[in-house]
Amino acid sequence: MSPVRFGLTLRRLKEQLIEDFGENEEVCLIGIQPRGTILMKHILQLIDTEKVKFKIFEGHLDITFYRDDFRRREKMLMPDYNKMDFLIEGRDVVLIDDVLYTGRTIQAALNALQHYGRPATIKLMTLIDRRFNRHLPIQCDYKGMEVDAVDNAYVQVNWGAAKDHQVLLFDSKPEK
Amino acid sequence: MINSYLSQPHLLGIKYITKEDIELILQTADNFKEVINRPIKKVPTLRDVTIANLFFENSTRTKISFELAEKRLSADVLNFSSGGSSVKKGESLLDTVNNILSMKVDMVVVRHSIAGTPSFLSQHIDANIVNAGDGTHEHPTQALLDAYSIREKFNSFQGLHVCIFGDIAHSRVALSNIFCLQKLGAKVAVCGPPTLIPKFLDDLGVKVFYRVKEALEWCDVANVLRIQLERQDVKYIPSLREYALYYGIHRELLDSLKKEVVIMHPGPINRGVELDSDVADSSQSIILEQVENGVAVRMAVLYLLAGNSPM
Repeated sequence: MSPVRFGLTLRRLKEQLIEDFGENEEVCLIGIQPRGTILMKHILQLIDTEKVKFKIFEGHLDITFYRDDFRRREKMLMPDYNKMDFLIEGRDVVLIDDVLYTGRTIQAALNALQHYGRPATIKLMTLIDRRFNRHLPIQCDYKGMEVDAVDNAYVQVNWGAAKDHQVLLFDSKPEK
Repeated sequence: MINSYLSQPHLLGIKYITKEDIELILQTADNFKEVINRPIKKVPTLRDVTIANLFFENSTRTKISFELAEKRLSADVLNFSSGGSSVKKGESLLDTVNNILSMKVDMVVVRHSIAGTPSFLSQHIDANIVNAGDGTHEHPTQALLDAYSIREKFNSFQGLHVCIFGDIAHSRVALSNIFCLQKLGAKVAVCGPPTLIPKFLDDLGVKVFYRVKEALEWCDVANVLRIQLERQDVKYIPSLREYALYYGIHRELLDSLKKEVVIMHPGPINRGVELDSDVADSSQSIILEQVENGVAVRMAVLYLLAGNSPM
């Protein structure tokens, strides 16, 4: 994805948010830790530069304790920080993550969100949608781009300085 | 048995785990402290784990704290206390525990008046064991929550002076605290009447004070312990009144110091004996924070020991 296209995609996602929620009074943007939060921050930066009427609640949601693969992995699941200092009761929520793959992360996030109240609606925004790799019936409402890859492939979004963002496609998950 | 994320499958004592283990537990406890301050204080992490709390000795705080930690992690909890059980009918420890385990229990939290019980169990049964206090040996989760509370107050252990006051000889909290704080880099001292200070402490590199005032001048944190009358078969001190007079920590003593010492106590407090009420309830004391942190630290221990299970 070229830097220009990357920037345009982020702008489009922002515009779609404003189009859908511009007339609302408030919306909760919740980034899934850690990588969803990064995308959320980039979108928020774009929103801040314009005059929007709705109030934004910004949440950072860590879903480690809600994952369905806890105790089924070799490696330890290390939690990230969680910052949710508002309730989502009766509000519109947009969950944000970088890559939508199997859908299990989103399922965990939906479970985690139950602990903060009963929202009016929950929508999902992801930068990358790997539409043929889903394990669960979960779809996203706002997507940056679609990547069609085999199951073992790994898509990584690298957030660099201003215009150095990259989307990388690997044959398999790279060793850290 | 479940594979733990710590270097050991069990938490038998601080002596057996590494500095990295302790740091991992404290770091994970941060996350759980955030969880227990949420409107809904529960996460589904251990929903497929069954934990038995076997308390062969009286306990209020530790038992409630473990039970709360387990429930907040959504584990299934089974409570057992020796009073009113078949232990009174002459059943052996191993038989009792094996019977409970045959009902498919994954983890066991055990407290017993005999030192080494958790270690004995770990050699004979197939479950992760957490020591919730064994005789005068160790009480690892108490030491971890004490360390967590100190870390919250001071951020670092390097060069920190912590003094443990009171009945060191009969205290499992003292031994676990010494191991834990030393592994984290703090300097540890003890203070108490000579009859209640064990002889081997020099080998552990622990400083010994016999006068409270000197010890208070040396330390940044004072962890005050209870006189364990139930573990004393002979008289170690002439009277509680004399102990309170010479070894009790009271307001005038603290006011005579040039600095503010942080006061800790693992509970239950004998008010007016080792600690005066106005000290225990003052802003210097972090006793209630210790209790709150206890749940978060125990959640972290259970979470890390639960680790991954081969399906």
